[in-house]
Amino acid sequence: MIEKALKGSTGYWVWMLFLLSLMGVGALSYVQQFNYGLGITGMSRDVTWGVYISQFTFLVGVAAGGLMLVLPYYLHNYKAFGRIVILGEFMAIAAIVMCLMFIIADLGQPMRALNVLLFPTPNSMLFWDMIVLNGYLILNILCGWVVLHSEYKGIKYPKWIKPFIYLSIPWAISIHTVTAFLYCGLPGRHFWLTAILAPRFLASAFAAGPALLLIIAMVLKRVTKFDVGREAQDKLVTIIGYAAMLNFFFLGCEFFVAYYSQIPGHMHTLDYLFWGLGHGDQVFNNLVPFMRASVIMGLTGIGLIFYSRVKQCDGLLVISCLLIFISFWIDKGLGLVLGGFVPSPMDYVTEYVPSFQELGVTVAVWATGAFILSILYKVAISVKLEKEA
Amino acid sequence: MDSKRRDFLKIAGLTAIAGIAAPSAFNTLLKGEALASAGPAASGHGAAAPTGKRYGMVIDVKKFTENPGLAEQCVTACHTIHNVPDFGNKKDEIKWLWVESYDHVFPEHSQDKRPDGLKGMPILTLCNHCEKPPCVRACPTKATFKKKNGIVAMDYHRCIGCRFCMAACPYGARSFNWRDPRGKDANGRPFIKAENPKFPTRMRGVVEKCNFCTERLAIGQIPACVEVASQAKGLIFGDLNDPNSEISQVLKTSFTIQRNPAIGTHPSLFYII
Amino acid sequence: MYGKGRIIPALILFLGLMTSPMWYKSGDAGKMPKPEKPKDYTECVAPAQYMRTSHMVLLNQWRDDILREDGARIGKTANGTEYVRSLQNGCMKCHSDKKKFCDTCHSYASVKPYCWDCHLQPKEAM
Repeated sequence: MIEKALKGSTGYWVWMLFLLSLMGVGALSYVQQFNYGLGITGMSRDVTWGVYISQFTFLVGVAAGGLMLVLPYYLHNYKAFGRIVILGEFMAIAAIVMCLMFIIADLGQPMRALNVLLFPTPNSMLFWDMIVLNGYLILNILCGWVVLHSEYKGIKYPKWIKPFIYLSIPWAISIHTVTAFLYCGLPGRHFWLTAILAPRFLASAFAAGPALLLIIAMVLKRVTKFDVGREAQDKLVTIIGYAAMLNFFFLGCEFFVAYYSQIPGHMHTLDYLFWGLGHGDQVFNNLVPFMRASVIMGLTGIGLIFYSRVKQCDGLLVISCLLIFISFWIDKGLGLVLGGFVPSPMDYVTEYVPSFQELGVTVAVWATGAFILSILYKVAISVKLEKEA
Repeated sequence: MDSKRRDFLKIAGLTAIAGIAAPSAFNTLLKGEALASAGPAASGHGAAAPTGKRYGMVIDVKKFTENPGLAEQCVTACHTIHNVPDFGNKKDEIKWLWVESYDHVFPEHSQDKRPDGLKGMPILTLCNHCEKPPCVRACPTKATFKKKNGIVAMDYHRCIGCRFCMAACPYGARSFNWRDPRGKDANGRPFIKAENPKFPTRMRGVVEKCNFCTERLAIGQIPACVEVASQAKGLIFGDLNDPNSEISQVLKTSFTIQRNPAIGTHPSLFYII
Repeated sequence: MYGKGRIIPALILFLGLMTSPMWYKSGDAGKMPKPEKPKDYTECVAPAQYMRTSHMVLLNQWRDDILREDGARIGKTANGTEYVRSLQNGCMKCHSDKKKFCDTCHSYASVKPYCWDCHLQPKEAM
């Protein structure tokens, strides 16, 4: 089946070479980081996690987003998702691989990464994150591959895979819950110390993951004969729209708690993220344009995505999905992690700007994810089109 | 109800049973090294009688105001003995013991009106060696752990440099080796001015912090900073669990405050302002 | 077998390449390392054979015992000589020349322990 990835049009090969070159440039950045140390990044004593961990956090959401396809299809027998569900599972694989790469990139001593297994520590949330992420990766490879392979052979998938598919449903929730627990269990950082963090993570995940999927599906519709189908598309619009609204509802709850209670620790980070935080004679606001753009793009996206369905317009659908995806990428991929650090518990404000090398590694990891995704999608779509022809 | 859903419910049920059984398994696993997560009995309402040693420190801030420069001497002594590098910039900074202003040590105490004397008062800050350290809870490899004598210690051999402990520490007491501490700056000046041959350095990519001079306590000495401040009686070090120790006597007779007590970390450091 | 003509030569070539370092050095055991032993001491903390094969295990035991369990920092040899259970302050007191002691075997065996990333070797030998 994998041989399907080795036959493709010129466009396919150009795209893969482009990704490989990005990976190469990023690998050079990583070599520099490996030799010098993490000091080559923009991180500092006060802002100890930067773009790597925030990308990781966001991508866990993208991986968990696959649930919104698996659950209706396998549990509620929603047939319209028959063609798209495999895309969701394969996207989860690529996203988890990226997550793991970002974690490794962030380690000061990457050669010792296996110490997490050598000295298992159940009181650390990072230990559980390791378990759930790797477990989810294995589950998705297993379920996705077995189901697709059965289709390739023209038979129904074997019965034994069903328990694994069902297991992957709560497991998807667990990956994002545990990832939220990394943050919300730490005393002293008010911005993260909120019970609503895991629900908010899940809401944004269930919007951002399927949004990315729809964007890719629309691209595939253009460049291949593969069409996920109108009904699936419309259903996903509902899912994305409501999940995105929930996310903003949760964000609104955070705003209420902070500004109605007037507790400084709660307000500081929101001040920094959305209005600019005055501290001494200085105002710190380097994330304000991003965070405001995030809210505007997100809300516009929600409006547009429902409108696109009324108009049955794919162009509008892609734009609205892009708006929602970028909005949540900023919210979680920038604001959430940095917001917790920049106003420190000792009432210092230290801003963070990623370094050139750091961005190089980040781009390379995304390129690797896209590379894996392209291979998997190439296989999946070739099989689907072949069977239908 | 179709069979698929029935299958699912079966699995969900099994998962729920596993979930109920998990806490007991969890507790078994937690026994041993992970003292940080000891149950509610460790403190709070109806606290159990303490057993064993618990090292702590009282910092008498007035003594440092009366002896200008003393705080800096303590810092130098600590950093020299422990081969703490000086990178000359804030981004890479590593510190075990340092001088901080009142507003930053006690941000939650910063009321509108307060004595002028507090302004510019040098306050020594170091790892609080919490009774319930969030850093120990966060560490995924037990590279940071709480010893039986209450000291929150680190094993630099095991640290993977994930910096979860730095996110967890509410007191900014942890530093990361962003670059090689054995290196030299652009002018060829080594970051560790004079290496103490009796103590190791650290390596790039690990977290480090104050160890309450474990290596000195082991051979019957008091912590380096306490020794420097001993003439002025600025730092009182001892066993908090021993009612007859000097530190227990001081704590009984003086009003002291702790850093951010509301978050339940139970620091072993006390300040007389 | 399908494609026999290509697969078997390719396999042989692959195996040849993979084992080439062994062929390259075959019949040559290399010069055995002779770590220089301290002159003023005759007894180590454990029998020489054990130290030769398992010194790293012992060092790890000392480390975990002292760092985590507040174990004794002073040990006694079989003949009752006291020593400090420490690489930097114990071992290196007798084996004061890292280059002539540690490095001879380590470079022969091509192992690169990270001890010296943190621990300092005695000054005079640097």
